[in-house]
Amino acid sequence: MLKNRFIKQLFSSFLDLAPILAVVLIFQVLIIGKPVPDVSGLIIGTLFVILGLTLFIQGLEQSLFPLGEAMAYSFARKGSLFWLLTFAFCLGFGTTVAEPALIAIAEEAASIASKGGIIEQTGAARDSYALGLRITVALSVGFAILIGVLRIIRGWPLYYLIIGGYSGVMIITPFAPAEIIGIAYDSGGVTTSTITVPLVTALGVGLATAIKGRNPMIDGFGLIAFASLTPMVFVMAYGMLI
Amino acid sequence: MIEWSTHFALALLGTCRDILPIAAIIIGFQLLVIRKPLANPKKTLIGFFYVLLGIAFFLEGLEMALFPLGKLMAVQLTTPEFLGLNSDQQAPSWQAYTWVYVFAASIGFATTLAEPSLLAVALKAEEISGGTIHAWGLRIAVSIGVAFGIALGAFRIVTGAELYYFIIAGYVVVLIQTLFAPKMIIGLAYDSGGVTTSTVTVPLVTALGLGLAEAVPGRNPLLDGFGLIAFASLFPIIAVLSYAQIAQWLGNRSRSSKP
Repeated sequence: MLKNRFIKQLFSSFLDLAPILAVVLIFQVLIIGKPVPDVSGLIIGTLFVILGLTLFIQGLEQSLFPLGEAMAYSFARKGSLFWLLTFAFCLGFGTTVAEPALIAIAEEAASIASKGGIIEQTGAARDSYALGLRITVALSVGFAILIGVLRIIRGWPLYYLIIGGYSGVMIITPFAPAEIIGIAYDSGGVTTSTITVPLVTALGVGLATAIKGRNPMIDGFGLIAFASLTPMVFVMAYGMLI
Repeated sequence: MIEWSTHFALALLGTCRDILPIAAIIIGFQLLVIRKPLANPKKTLIGFFYVLLGIAFFLEGLEMALFPLGKLMAVQLTTPEFLGLNSDQQAPSWQAYTWVYVFAASIGFATTLAEPSLLAVALKAEEISGGTIHAWGLRIAVSIGVAFGIALGAFRIVTGAELYYFIIAGYVVVLIQTLFAPKMIIGLAYDSGGVTTSTVTVPLVTALGLGLAEAVPGRNPLLDGFGLIAFASLFPIIAVLSYAQIAQWLGNRSRSSKP
């Protein structure tokens, strides 16, 4: 039974991946008209990706989803708003500050800033700029999850927050240095990692289920949306201040 | 083989380091604040281990197979020879880059379908909605949004238009749609914008953006190479809201046509 499910999941992972393979192969062979380099690497790598995706989904259903929901229920039953909000902030801050995609983008931003003459052209200045940027983004994600959780508890409509956030982005963009805008917009998208997303989703949905009068479908989602919005505002503000 | 094993062990170690803060926060709060044992500690721990191993295999496989090829193709498609440009020619019109747009759209669509974070959210949405929202339907809607967003982003890099005009126009569309869309889809639609761009999409799309900004005359990779990810997180919102509106409209029509 279990074996059967595992094989079924392997097959569905293969289906998930098939479009990428098709696109890459069709373009390489038919349009660019060159042979595929390193065929064995491609096959082994693809098998790895399929296996990885299958294990990830298995673990997701068995661990991350129940864990996020169990914590949401415990906090709801405990009834301490302070600890719940502290947890929300720590989860957002802690998962973002070490996010590899964010580290890469912060270094990129530092090198742009130093070429543009915003900061000194020394390694130390670049490092401190990159670190400052990472902490800024992590703070903004922590803040976003905190506000998002508060929203679920209070039952505020999601679009108030989103419209507020968008207005913030639109107002601050014309004042931000041109070099930082592209990076600021991109940093919103990269902050939410593969482990954070299931945990945060389960937390939101779990809270909305546990609290009376909230609908998990209407109130449970939206934490991630807000967490990808605030970094844009914070990063542009950071670019203006430095 | 030994060399490969060390490489894989390093990848696994890297994943462990990335999740260390999350594990520390969860364990810390579980022990100090909630002070209650987990319902099923062994199962949770094994599941956590699956997640770790899964991500390590996933990333390792991507590094081996898809990233080198995808990046190579982004470079090949943007070389002057492939685009048929001569160095003495004037800057070509934006139509010269048709294959770039097609590639951008196809790779955006395909990578989004394989994105693990989106899969997680789609599974959860299907469960919560009691099957009204299909995981596959949602993922395809999001993928179409990303495909359109990245193709438009490539067009923006080619023409050199201002990034934030596009973004603001997109926001306005989202705001208008929000007013008319069914309430229950709104949170999910906003979330799907944030989850589309992670492990698979970002490296490939960034390579495409930087390659394109280097190849197109008059573009600065530092200034123009970014912004594709922002497009890829904006358009899925529009796509999912539209999907919900169309589904609702079809539902209403079939209901009202019944006697």
